[in-house]
Amino acid sequence: MIGVYLLGTLSIAIILFFSRKKILVYSLAGLFLLLQSVFTIYSCMQYGNTELIYFTYDSLGVILLITLSIIAIPAFIHSYLYIENHKEDPQARAIYLTSMVMLVMAISAGYLSNHIAVTWIFTEITTLSASALIYHHRNKLALEGTWKYVFICAISITFIFIGILFLSLSLQHAGSDDLSFSNLLAKRAELNPVWLRMAFLFIFTGFTAKLGLVPMFTAGIDAKDKAPAPAGALFATVLMNLGFVGIFRFYIIIANTPLLHWAQLVVGSAAFLSLFVSTVYMLKVKNIKRMFAYSGIEHMGIVMLGVAAGGIGYYAAVLHIILHAFVKSSLFFQFNQLYNVFLDKSIYHLGNYFKYNPTGAMVLLLGFISATAMPPSGLFVSEFLIFKSLFDAGQIILLIVVLLLLTMIIWAFGKNIFKVLFVPAVGFDDSNVPKINPWESVSQFILLALAVYLGLNPPAIFVQMLKDSVHLLPM
Amino acid sequence: MIHVLLITFIITLFYMAIANRMMTYIKVLALQGVILFFVVFLQLNKIDTLNLIFILLETIVFKSLAVPIFLGYLLKRNNITREAEPFLPNFVSLVITTFIVVITILISNTIKDDNLDKIFFVVALSTLFFGLYLIATRRKIITHVMGYMVIENGVFVLSLAIGNEMPMLVNLGIMLDIFASVLILGIFLNKIGDVFKDVDVDQLSNLKDY
Repeated sequence: MIGVYLLGTLSIAIILFFSRKKILVYSLAGLFLLLQSVFTIYSCMQYGNTELIYFTYDSLGVILLITLSIIAIPAFIHSYLYIENHKEDPQARAIYLTSMVMLVMAISAGYLSNHIAVTWIFTEITTLSASALIYHHRNKLALEGTWKYVFICAISITFIFIGILFLSLSLQHAGSDDLSFSNLLAKRAELNPVWLRMAFLFIFTGFTAKLGLVPMFTAGIDAKDKAPAPAGALFATVLMNLGFVGIFRFYIIIANTPLLHWAQLVVGSAAFLSLFVSTVYMLKVKNIKRMFAYSGIEHMGIVMLGVAAGGIGYYAAVLHIILHAFVKSSLFFQFNQLYNVFLDKSIYHLGNYFKYNPTGAMVLLLGFISATAMPPSGLFVSEFLIFKSLFDAGQIILLIVVLLLLTMIIWAFGKNIFKVLFVPAVGFDDSNVPKINPWESVSQFILLALAVYLGLNPPAIFVQMLKDSVHLLPM
Repeated sequence: MIHVLLITFIITLFYMAIANRMMTYIKVLALQGVILFFVVFLQLNKIDTLNLIFILLETIVFKSLAVPIFLGYLLKRNNITREAEPFLPNFVSLVITTFIVVITILISNTIKDDNLDKIFFVVALSTLFFGLYLIATRRKIITHVMGYMVIENGVFVLSLAIGNEMPMLVNLGIMLDIFASVLILGIFLNKIGDVFKDVDVDQLSNLKDY
């Protein structure tokens, strides 16, 4: 089936690229969504099986694939609204939709691959399709964003490759050359620790470009800022999750070797630095889209702190990236409506949003509450569990500093959001503000509600899948 | 013989550190491709002919013909001035490059491994770090691309070091090489030349947070 999916998507993408007729383009996008949904359902039924040697429907892959498919549907709906609103010419529309299809395909395949080189290849394809999306506006700033993204991603992809080379050196000591995750895990006792360390450092650094962690987070911020918001929503959520998958699958191996403590130190310090950096930028940033992007860096910092702390932290980390994906994508989808009202991204020029679009303002308010992990939000549960794991690991001082940083982030986030919602913008001429259809916000409410539901009252099967995805880690 | 070639490769790095003109960089990149060709020819004698032809095509046709010709074409088309305009004086560059090589030799001396040829490791690692250094200290965007090409060459040497056991990895590396280079060179450097008239990194600083 995954072969059918990959080939089907590829042919849809090729036809999309050359088609200029409106009805054909949108029906092809619809066809892709259908294929994606069918594939997702199929992967749930094939749970635990392996296909085409390199793809396994394991719990982590399947659960993230479901998240991706749920987010992909509103992403395409909002892309449709975006394209129609901006009256894009047929060529730009075709390139945009082709890149979206390729991006979703590459992320899906990256989630499911059980071989580090295959994950690497699909990560490379995401760079290609993402760069086409960032360059969508064809202007100077978009070009700058694209150039930075492509260059940093090219370097980090090279880093991952170097990591894979070191990993294969490490594996040669075990007398094997199969780089699949299961074989690595089976041979973990014989891996050469020196090369394993080097491999982990390089692979971790490489994947941080996608995950959005110190040191390679910078390019992702520009990408989320310059890409159209529906594409930005994918970059800020499911693409980050692909980086998480890359690191997490390798972390499972290294956690089962004596290097666990060292790896915790590496991951933990990168996570803490990310939190620190995102706090600094959140306090300064004046562009609301970049603020959402920095909030993503903060959340990934929290997630990796959970991974570093271990124990219940593993479970909470996987839960957190899923809930974060729902919340952050709904905020990004809301951004386009906000932009249609004010035609500006700077917080100085936004204000009194409740007056112009009450439904959208509700999304922004609820999204803020969810993203800062205040109690009704599902993120509260996962963040609480991560703090608990830090407490269990005896990292009290770290926990206190993290909580202080989070307080500053909530303050900065809240200050900006409430300014946008309630304080009138200086010099804003509201005589020809367009009327926003409230139905456009339905998908955003659904995503936010899903995050609350999965956090507060998770179905048993969801909990079981989360537990399965971390069961290989030493508790 | 391989060792002589690899040492020549290191010397090209030193030459690159003090080179002034853009054309010199391009010629050195082409020379590196040729050196890699001979290294492959001597090193990978155990793998099958088809793979060997593939690798040789990549080193000679891609690394030492296609990329240099295209870079030269870009230089002409965008009227890029022929000075490299480093941030640091050449003497300091030379000292830092020497430092990089010495450090990698010291690092590789601490590692005891029979599966790895040490001289390959030293060359690969110093090429890698030198590429990063080149990116950090040159003003033009096109020199950043050249720095990236140097990094790619370093990775290529590294994959050769273990390629006899795993030809699949060498092929993967070649794929990365071609894919990323085409992406960077073909699409974006072309576009950047059209949009930004004088191609300097200073012009790429409009995306910021305040």
